Amino acid sequence: MTVPARVLVVGAAASGLATVEALRRKGYAGGITVLGDEPHTPYDRPPLSKQVLSGQWEPARTALRTPEVLAGLDAEFVPGDAAIALDPATRTTRTVRTERGREHRADAIVIATGMRARVLPGQRDLSGVHVLRTLDDALALRQDLLTCARLVVVGEGVLGAEIAATARKLGLDVTMTGPQPAPMALQVGPLVSGLLAELHSEQGVRLRLGIGVVGLTGEHGRVAGVKLASGETLPADAAVVAIGASPATEWLADSGLRLDNGVVCDSRCRAADGIYAVGDVARWHHEGLGRLIRLENRTNATEQAQLVAGAILGEDRPYLPVPYFWTDQYDAKIQVHGMLPIGAEVDVVDGDVSARRFVARYRSDGVVTGVLGWNMPKQARLRRQEVVDAAAAVL
Amino acid sequence: MKVVVDTDKCVAAGNCVAAAMDVFDQRDEDGIVVLLNEYPPAELAEDVRNAAAICPALAIRIED
Repeated sequence: MTVPARVLVVGAAASGLATVEALRRKGYAGGITVLGDEPHTPYDRPPLSKQVLSGQWEPARTALRTPEVLAGLDAEFVPGDAAIALDPATRTTRTVRTERGREHRADAIVIATGMRARVLPGQRDLSGVHVLRTLDDALALRQDLLTCARLVVVGEGVLGAEIAATARKLGLDVTMTGPQPAPMALQVGPLVSGLLAELHSEQGVRLRLGIGVVGLTGEHGRVAGVKLASGETLPADAAVVAIGASPATEWLADSGLRLDNGVVCDSRCRAADGIYAVGDVARWHHEGLGRLIRLENRTNATEQAQLVAGAILGEDRPYLPVPYFWTDQYDAKIQVHGMLPIGAEVDVVDGDVSARRFVARYRSDGVVTGVLGWNMPKQARLRRQEVVDAAAAVL
Repeated sequence: MKVVVDTDKCVAAGNCVAAAMDVFDQRDEDGIVVLLNEYPPAELAEDVRNAAAICPALAIRIED
């Protein structure tokens, strides 16, 4: 295989930037263009729901790199112009067209377009209803948090739980709602989500969980409440909808690439000859698990970028990460290594649940699949090896 | 090679320790990064660069 003369990275967030850096670190000297649909230079998303929303950080602090470091990468960054089509038709050169009518050609394309927040029906017609995906989203939500008294958080996943915690710390009257019985129940299982429910309740968040949301109510074009399947309406001065996100692949509809809950890739994160996907948008064949998976977390963005950069330069390795995510809510630092499948058997292996400092190990059919630390980051990381060993035994 | 860590930014993921355990550790109580060797030897340089690249909080800086 020959090294491509020009690489085009579509997406200028963590995974796109990390791909560029990894290419340069591995000695790639060809041309690189990075297309971003937002006006900002690359910034980090995990602080949006915490430090930015709370006001603890100025927005500029989310910048992933200083202008000097970005310039040192010798890549052309094109912000504020979204890709609208990919034409892989010619054998060696692939073309991406943009909203502003530009055409970018490259020998290798990296799809790093991430995800778009899902919305509720009618949401776009009302003011005061937010999603939180971009820096601008976070700043708009913060504006409302500074002037509103009652916030309803629709969604009990990681993002919803973080937003509820941040808003509560800012002194708002916060209600969290969603179909699961407890915060992050799908992500961490009944034991830990039960503890999270206790924590949020103690902090004064009202939990209206285990009930679906059917819609929003408005007055004079602004949100006034969130309607639940039970018939109840939760009054709201502002609402935030955190019901998940979908891979941003609409622009690839006519590309001929296989799209199924993301850009479907082989075990090398290759979607087609010369076309790769990285980060939240990539659904690749994990050889250890024997199936397609897609990870929506910050660590995967950078880790997968290392592999994709290598693949572009001719390395031939499967991508076999131990997934990792963390969340900070109030004084709880929760860290997860590996996978926590629904129905897994959970044992506390370090620390003490009542002291809110522990490590829990998750097993499925007797095999360790993941570990979760609650205010025990180092001890959880030490247990990560059990996940690695169990995965190695399967391969 | 000189390594600088920012303990304010650190989110205690411990990915750096997994990448270069002779250079990084974590505090027992809260998992925040501990720099074991500010001037790692050349044979560890690649591992340290990898640790900096995968740090989810961008808390590791390398000064050549």
